[in-house]
This record gives sequence, structure tokens and C-alpha cells, in this order.
Amino acid sequence: MAGKIGVYFDLANIGGLDAATLAKGVEEKWGKLTPVVKSVPVLAESVQQISDDIIEHALDGVLLCGASPRVDADLYRFKNADGKAIQVGHVNLREQCVLCYRNPDNTPADPGNPPNLLTLMARDYVNMGIVRLQKTEYGEPAIVEGVKRILVIGGGWTGMHAAREASTSGYEVVLVEKTGRLGGAVNNIPVASPLCSPWTDKEPVKLPERIKELCADSKITVLLNTTVADLAGEPGRFMARITGQDGTREYEVGAVVLAAGWTPLSEKFLAPMGLGKSPAIVHAGQFAKMLIDGTVQARRIAFVLDTTLAEQAFASEADAPEKAVAAAEAAGEDAQSDGENMDKPFVKEDLESIRHLKYSNVVNSVGMLRQANIICDRTNDATQAFIIYKNMAIPGILERFYKKMQNRLGIMMTKADVTDISDHGDRVVVTCKNTLLGMDFDLDVDLVVLPCGIVPVTAKDLTVNFAYRQGPDFPDLELFDGFADSNYICFPYETRRTGVYAAGCVRQPMTLDGCEEDACGAVLKAIQCIEAGDHGVAVAPRSGDMSYPQFNFVRCTQCKRCTVECPFGALDDDEKGTPKPNPSRCRRCGTCFGACPERVISFADYSIDQISSMIREVEVPKDFKKGGPRILILACENDAYPALDMAALRHRTWSPYCRIIPVRCLGSVNAIWISDAMSKGFDGVLLLGCKYGDDYQCHFIKGSEICNLRRDNIAETLNRLGVQPERVEQLEIAIDEYDAIPDLIDGFVARITAMGPNPFKGM
Amino acid sequence: MSNAILVVGGGFAGLTAAIEAAELGHEVYLVEKRPWLGGRVAQLTKYFPKLCPPSCGLEIQFQRIRKNPAIKCFTMAQLVGLSGKKGDYTARVRLNPRHTAPHNVDFSLLASTLEGTAPSEFELGLGCRKALYKSMPFAWPARWVLDPATLSRSDAARVAGNKYLDIGEEAREIELNVGAIIVATGWQPYDMRNLANLGAGGIPNCISNMQMERLASPFGPTGGVIRRPTDGKTPTSVAFVQCAGSRDQNHLGYCSYICCMATFKQCLYLTEQNPAVQITVFYIDLRAPGRYVNVLEKVQALPNVRFIKGKVAEAQAADGNVRLLAEDAIAGRKLDLEFELAVLATGMQPSLADGNLPLPIPLDMDGFVAGGEEAGIFTAGCARMPLDVSRSAQSGTAAALKAAQTVKGR
Repeated sequence: MAGKIGVYFDLANIGGLDAATLAKGVEEKWGKLTPVVKSVPVLAESVQQISDDIIEHALDGVLLCGASPRVDADLYRFKNADGKAIQVGHVNLREQCVLCYRNPDNTPADPGNPPNLLTLMARDYVNMGIVRLQKTEYGEPAIVEGVKRILVIGGGWTGMHAAREASTSGYEVVLVEKTGRLGGAVNNIPVASPLCSPWTDKEPVKLPERIKELCADSKITVLLNTTVADLAGEPGRFMARITGQDGTREYEVGAVVLAAGWTPLSEKFLAPMGLGKSPAIVHAGQFAKMLIDGTVQARRIAFVLDTTLAEQAFASEADAPEKAVAAAEAAGEDAQSDGENMDKPFVKEDLESIRHLKYSNVVNSVGMLRQANIICDRTNDATQAFIIYKNMAIPGILERFYKKMQNRLGIMMTKADVTDISDHGDRVVVTCKNTLLGMDFDLDVDLVVLPCGIVPVTAKDLTVNFAYRQGPDFPDLELFDGFADSNYICFPYETRRTGVYAAGCVRQPMTLDGCEEDACGAVLKAIQCIEAGDHGVAVAPRSGDMSYPQFNFVRCTQCKRCTVECPFGALDDDEKGTPKPNPSRCRRCGTCFGACPERVISFADYSIDQISSMIREVEVPKDFKKGGPRILILACENDAYPALDMAALRHRTWSPYCRIIPVRCLGSVNAIWISDAMSKGFDGVLLLGCKYGDDYQCHFIKGSEICNLRRDNIAETLNRLGVQPERVEQLEIAIDEYDAIPDLIDGFVARITAMGPNPFKGM
Repeated sequence: MSNAILVVGGGFAGLTAAIEAAELGHEVYLVEKRPWLGGRVAQLTKYFPKLCPPSCGLEIQFQRIRKNPAIKCFTMAQLVGLSGKKGDYTARVRLNPRHTAPHNVDFSLLASTLEGTAPSEFELGLGCRKALYKSMPFAWPARWVLDPATLSRSDAARVAGNKYLDIGEEAREIELNVGAIIVATGWQPYDMRNLANLGAGGIPNCISNMQMERLASPFGPTGGVIRRPTDGKTPTSVAFVQCAGSRDQNHLGYCSYICCMATFKQCLYLTEQNPAVQITVFYIDLRAPGRYVNVLEKVQALPNVRFIKGKVAEAQAADGNVRLLAEDAIAGRKLDLEFELAVLATGMQPSLADGNLPLPIPLDMDGFVAGGEEAGIFTAGCARMPLDVSRSAQSGTAAALKAAQTVKGR
């Protein structure tokens, strides 16, 4: 808690405001709390001066009133006489006060003579800034001393690479493989597609050598024929129970790399392409085994990449999962289903579908080229391999391999729509239409090879089996058709289960070069997560954040809302239902404290009381007609808040009656803030959050969606207070909608103005 | 010896590598030659497949940088020399002058009074900038740049004496001691001037896919309304020419990975703005890797988009429109069609293809990095191979691990 705050006005960035009056106001109102109040010509050039003041006046917080905290915050890191970092607060007077200001009659402010409304706004923001700092505690980090051991689930190509990379990085590894041998699908791939520059040549996989290396590595414990019975605890100190033939053993691990891989798509989906009708029609997995066993006799082989026949046959079924999801949404059980169904026994939904065949397009295109190349190598091109494709899906640098194969004598490729594959006893006929040869034709071959579908293990099995309050599975798997993928393009390793990082084909269908790279990426995240726990700080997106939710259990009523709503499943509970926090699972979004009706949860530097106090600092005029309405805007600090900054810097302005408070995530908005605002006399509250839905942009997964769902409770509260629920609105804002934001705000202000004053005003 | 890591290039792969390494506890120097971080993705309007704005992820990355003193960013900076060996390199970095104060100053009003203009590199020829400029609203560092060469005489008088500007600032060099290096120098759009049969960049209203990103951008030259460059008309017929340079031995001997997906995304931009727009996509293969097929299917289901398998042989100017001579490879016939706007899906060329980076690493025939690991030099992102954003992030994260392993314990 900051008890001595230095307040600095950055004259270079707040032209148009009367800093002297503001400074005087601070001194008069806050007295001893703010022993230093200064206006400096250029804040960025006053860093030394501020540092000196901190020592001289033993300040334990500084409040910088000038530009947005987003622009120069890296310049302002201060330490006290003991070398300890002190709290730095920012008051965004430039973007969200001076630049965005316009008079109620839509005229700009007179820069030489600040209008009263502008001064009032600045004063409110400065007072809010002071009280925010005052209510910021210096918390102690929740250190989770990490075990320097990583659990790798899956002993295929990705898992083997992950194990070796972790070991090279100095970490111990427990590698769990459910079958009796390492190598996974690579056991069927003696020669790989290109794995390195120049990306033209087949590559021996050297599996036996790699397995030998791995088993000789003293840091790596390989457990064959085992599975993970369950995973409990939190990053840094997970407890994994591993079950094998000899029973179940416990291993303490710091983080998990999930490289469980894939299973082939059920053969029933390939039946429309002729699988099962003839021994001369096989799929790529069967063909791989034939290659290894040396049993390929065929001299004319068709590799069929066009999967339309199968897709059409299962078209109705392919849509079914989406329909099921839509129905679930309609029933309103989607967003909170992670938690609300927690007490029912868990049933794993099988997410395997025909869609996995399409998703495997690249792996199949590259794989069939590879197989055709092998058979041509073996027979000196006496074998004729026909590759029949609709779209040759060989993106990127592997085009070079494709080009090389095009020139191979034994390989012939054509685009075609394959409309039938039928067994004629001595041969199989592949009917090709819409070819590039200017005609339709029937291709007679000795063998047809059909593609495989990569079905991630997570689509069918629990695999990790979390012993978490929110259930044993990854949430939202249906969004990714069962792949344990991230929803974020920019952050491929972010999942909803902190400390567990998926890599390889369990995350996306990928070729071996991609698996190797993915293994490295996931290992880095796993190590980072253990290290973060060691320092008691959060992992991305709030990397380095030392605060964490603290519970005042005395007042907890065991309502379980926090355990239900946490997007990351960070909270378990005991028999009575008292929440059990797991700080290193937590991403610090504050959704738990937004959920808590008893307000027993807080962060050292972010709390219910802190924001409530800020709301109470705003001076709301008693006379609505004369002083205008007051609107509270709670803005997501990741997207809406930057968008507001950018709107202002683009010289957009909005109603001068708004007061903006950034929040970590709309999920952290507690209904009490809204009642506080109404009690204080605010006329409306606008919640600005991220887009939600399947393509959500919320950095904490569900925050904006949960906030929207909670509006029923808020409406109830407002009704109880005798306030119209329409006074609270939530809008979805993407970060690049800066040009639209001012109109959205003004529209809300107009609606509130039309409604008239909040009945509580002046009470 | 040093356990610091040097990252060359501040695009998405380099940013990711730098941040991930720093969050592992390493000291990181990030060197970016442009005035701001973000690289190519900063120019994009939306990402496929979610159609979300790139600045959303960049904001988080910039937050992570702001909060982490272990990362030191140098913009307008170039690696000019390297000596030493793995574990103990000395990198010489040239810092080009920005001519503006080393902190944020809002120059927008001053900039608006300036007259001199120069073509904006960021807007890819579709717009101009002033002598004082900041190319994107989310720019990091959030600082403007002064380019003295663009100042008109009256501009010079206007900026003279401004205490936040320093016209005389000179380039300087610094030395950094690092143990490992991550090369993330990225890519540039393949130069349309090389595509003689497609008009060599000289046909009005025949633009590149990256230019289309700028036209659709809310902070682009048209404020996000897609209009033809010549007359500002909203196009009613648009052609996409896939593999403009890519998969062509005379140009780029590889597939650029993202152009098909970029086109599908741009079909969605166009259709959202004008549902009546008629779009034709000329392609060799429709490459939608993995789950991206969902985007392809979404676009294929649009009634206003048709796909023609075949290469475009020639593009010509046709009275403001663009005439395309193409083949329909399936029907086996020649097509001669006119469009109000044509978009060339130009590919990626590695930035190193025509530049000299003073690093002891081999390049392949196209300019992609083909080694260097033994020397403690790791490559991330499109400097190694064409990738999309997600794979670039994956690659940056992986490179960070390799670099960290190299310097660990030193």
C-alpha cells in the first residue's frame, strides 16, 4: 500500500490543461499522502529527478500524469533506497482526457482556457490514479519451487525430440509411451520426406540410432506400455500417476509436453473409396507396412489424393458435430458447461469425423510422394506410380521436393476428380474425370493406395486425464475437431491448461520437420513455465505478473462460482466446496474475483475495493441537466483500452461525460462495481470487451463472454436497486475498431441522456 | 563469453523468439532495421483463419516487451559486423538516426502542417507520408521518425528549433557481446516489376496481395474501404492471380505457403464490403493446409466467387480495367476476361535474397538460410522457409530454445 506518493504532471504531454490548478487540487485533497507534487516540462527527461525525490522523500509510489501508460512505460522503472522496485502508476491525461475531449456542443476545447468539464475530467482521473496507487499492495509472489522434470506424453517422433531437447536443456524427462516401442508412426516411415535444406531429398530417419541415444540418456526415463492415469497439482509440482503392467507409480513433474500423436481415421470412412472391397485397395498405413515387409508386387499403383468420394458419402455426418454444438449453444449451456456439469460423471465425446481426412491433406500429399518415391527407387522406376489429386497440398519449401518428384520417370501426376474406384478381379479401375489431359479416363492399376486421416488422440481419449475440479479433459476441443490446439494464431502454445503444451500431430496435422520444430517450441514453454513458478510469476499473456488471487476464506460461502468460471481450471475445491487455489495454473485474469458475490478474492495490485474506490473518487454533479450525465466505462486493457488510445491519437473525440477505468479482462468485472457506480450517481455503465464466440479474441478465453452472461445477475441487482437494467451495456470491440469506438460511446451516452438521470443521483 | 542472445529482425518470428528467450531469463538484444517492430504482419489487415486483427497479438507482445527489462530493442538498426565465435560473439550494430526525441512525443499536429511528401514504403506505393511520420497507430516504439530528405524548404523552417527534433543526429555504432544469434530477417513481397507478362507492376488497378491488405486496412490509404487506386471506384469484378511468381522456376522456385489462404481471406474482405462483387480466382492448386480447409470451404460456398484452375498468361491494361489472358486447364480453353481490379498473389522472397547480412551462414539458391546451427546461429520464420504467422511463432519459439541451450551455463 503506497503511503507516500509523488505526483508528476508531464507538461509536454498535457497542453490544454491547467497543471498548476490540478497540482494544487492534489495537494489540498491528499495532503500527506502526496508529499511531492510537481509539474515537469518533459517527464521523460525528469527520470533522475523523480529517482532523487523517491530517495529524499522516501516515496513508495509515483504517479505519472501525462501520456498513456502504453507509450513510454519502459522508461519509468524506479527503485527506492533499498533497491526495491516501487509502484508506478499512470494517469492517461493525454489520450483519454485532453485529446479525446470535446465540449458538449461538439466544439473543441480552447487550448488557452481549459473548459471546466475538461478540468473536472482531469481531476477525476488524477484522483482515481492516486487512490488506485494507494490501494495497490506490495504482494509477495506465490513461489512454486519447480521440479526440473518434464513429463513427455507420447514416444513418437515429436515426443522423442521433445525428450532429447529437454534433456539438452538440463531437465530430466519422464517419457510415457502407451505401446511397447518408441518411434510411433515413424516405425512405418523408414525414409522421410525432406527434413532440412535443400528440401529436395528423402531423409533417412535413423530411428534405431535415435532410440539408442534416447535410452542411453541418463536424464530420460522411458516408460513403455504405460499411460497417464491422471495428472494432479499445478505447474512446477504436478503429480502424474503413471499406470503400466506393474501397477501405478507417481512421478512429480514440473510441466508436461503432450505429444500423444494420432490414430488413423477409422477405415469405415474410406469404404466409399473402395477400402475393404479388394486386397488391391489399401490405405497409406497398410502400404507403408507392405513397403517395410517388401511385399509390394504391384507395378502400376494409383495413389488417390482426391477424397471427394469419402467426403460426399459422409457429408451429412460431417455436419453433425457442428449441429450438435449449435444445439448445445441454443440450450444456453455452452459457455458455462465446463463447470456447471462438473458434478455429472464425465463422458468423453468421440470427435473423430470425416473432416480429419481433409485436415490431413498436407501430410497425405507429402506422404504419398514419399511412398511413390520409395517404390520407384526400389524398382528403378519400373513401377509406374500415378498420383491423382484434386489439389496438390504441398505448401511452402517442400515444393522443391514436389518438383523433383515431377521429374521422376516412374511418377506420373494428374489432377482429376475420382468418381469411382472398383475392383475388376485382376485389376482395379480408377475413374478419373475433369483431368488436365482434356479427357476423362479409366486408370487400370494393380494397387490403389488411399490416404490416411490423422485423428488426434485427444479427439478420442482423455490422454492427460486432469484431476481438476473442472474435469479431466481439455475444454473446447470441439472447436478444433479434437486437436489439442491453441485458439490464438499469435500464440500457438497457449492452451487452457497451464503447464501442458501440445506438440506434433496431436496439435495439428504436420510433417516430421514440423513435428521436430514443434517439440522444441513446446519444451521451451514447459521450461519457461517451471521457471515462472520458481519466481512466482505468471506465464503469458501476463508474463512476469507477480500478483495472484488471494482468498479471504472466512467469508467464502462455497458457492463455487469462481471454480466454475475460471477459464483455466486453476481452482480445485475441498469436500465442503471451499476453493483451493493453484497459483501456478492461474493466468491472473481476475475472472474469479469478477465471479465472487462475496468479494473475498483479490490481487495485491488489483482488487474489488481498489476499483470501487476509484469509482467513488469521481465527482458526479448532482444536477444532471446542468452538469451533464456521468458514464463509467470499464474497458478491457488488452484491446478496448488501446483502441481508445488510438482513437484519440487519430483525433477522434467523444462525450466529455465518460470516465474510463481499464480492467484486466471483462471477466474480472464484479457486479458490485456497477452497484457502486449507480450508488455514486453514475447514469450508465458501458463495458467494452473483446469479441467472443468460436473465434473469440479474448486473451483470457471466456472473459468477455462470461461478463455478458453475468448481466442477468447485474440486471437483477439493478432492478433491486430500482435502476433500469438498460443503463448497463456491453459492447464487443476489436483492437482495430478505433474509428468506430467514439460513435459507439456517443450512442450509449445519447441513450442514457434520453433516459434521464439515474434515480440514485444525489442520494 | 556471454549468455545474451541477439535476435536480428523484429517481425513476428523475431519478436516471438526475443520475448520467449527473455521470459526464460536471458538477456536479449532485438535489432530491427525499420523504425518499428512488427514486420510484415503490421501491414496486414486481418489474419486467417479467424479474421482477427494482427495488432491484437502485437499489443500483447509489446506489453511483454514493456514489462521485461531483459529485452533491449534497437530499431532503425542494422547488424554491420560480427566477430568471435559461438558463445562469444561481438556484433557491431549501426543505429541509424531517428531525428526525434528518445521518448514519445505526439507530432501529429506538426506533421499535418508539413508539405513535403515521399512515397510510403509501408503503404507499398499506395500512399505518401510526410517528413515526420509514424506508419501505424499501434507502432512500437511509439515514436515518430523524421526523414530530413522529405522536408520542403518551408517544412524545414517549421521544424527548425523544435526541441524534440534533431536534424543533425548522426548514425552511430554500438557493440554487443552475445553468445547466440537468432536470424529472423523475414521476407519481402516478390517484386511485381519482375513479372513482365503480368504487367511488371505498371498496370493501373492491377495490385499485389500485400497492397490489397493496405487497401482493406482501417489505417490504410483508403481508411479500409477497398477502392480502385486509379479512380476510387468500388470494384464490382475482381480477379485473383495465384502463384504470381511463386512455383515458377523463372521467379521463385517454391510455393510461398500463404498466398492461397491470403486470397481466400481477401475474398471475404471484398464480399463483406460488397456482397455483389464478382470474384474469379485463377489457381494451380488450392492450398489450404490442415484445418485451414474450413476457410477454403467457406469461400467456395460463396455464390459470388468462382475458381478457375489455370495460369494467367498475360495481364494488360484495358481502359482502367485489367484484361487477363488465361487458360481454363480443365475445360482446355483460353479465356480473355476483363476485371475492374486484379490482385496478383505475389509470393514471399526471403529478405536475405538481395541483402548482405554479415553472418557466417549458408544461404540456398533462393536466399533462404540453410544452416548455421553449429555456429550457434539459428533461423526462425520466413528467413528459413515460407510460413504463415502461426508457424512463424512456432519457429521463433523453437529457435529461442536452441539459442538458450547454446548460451546456457556460460
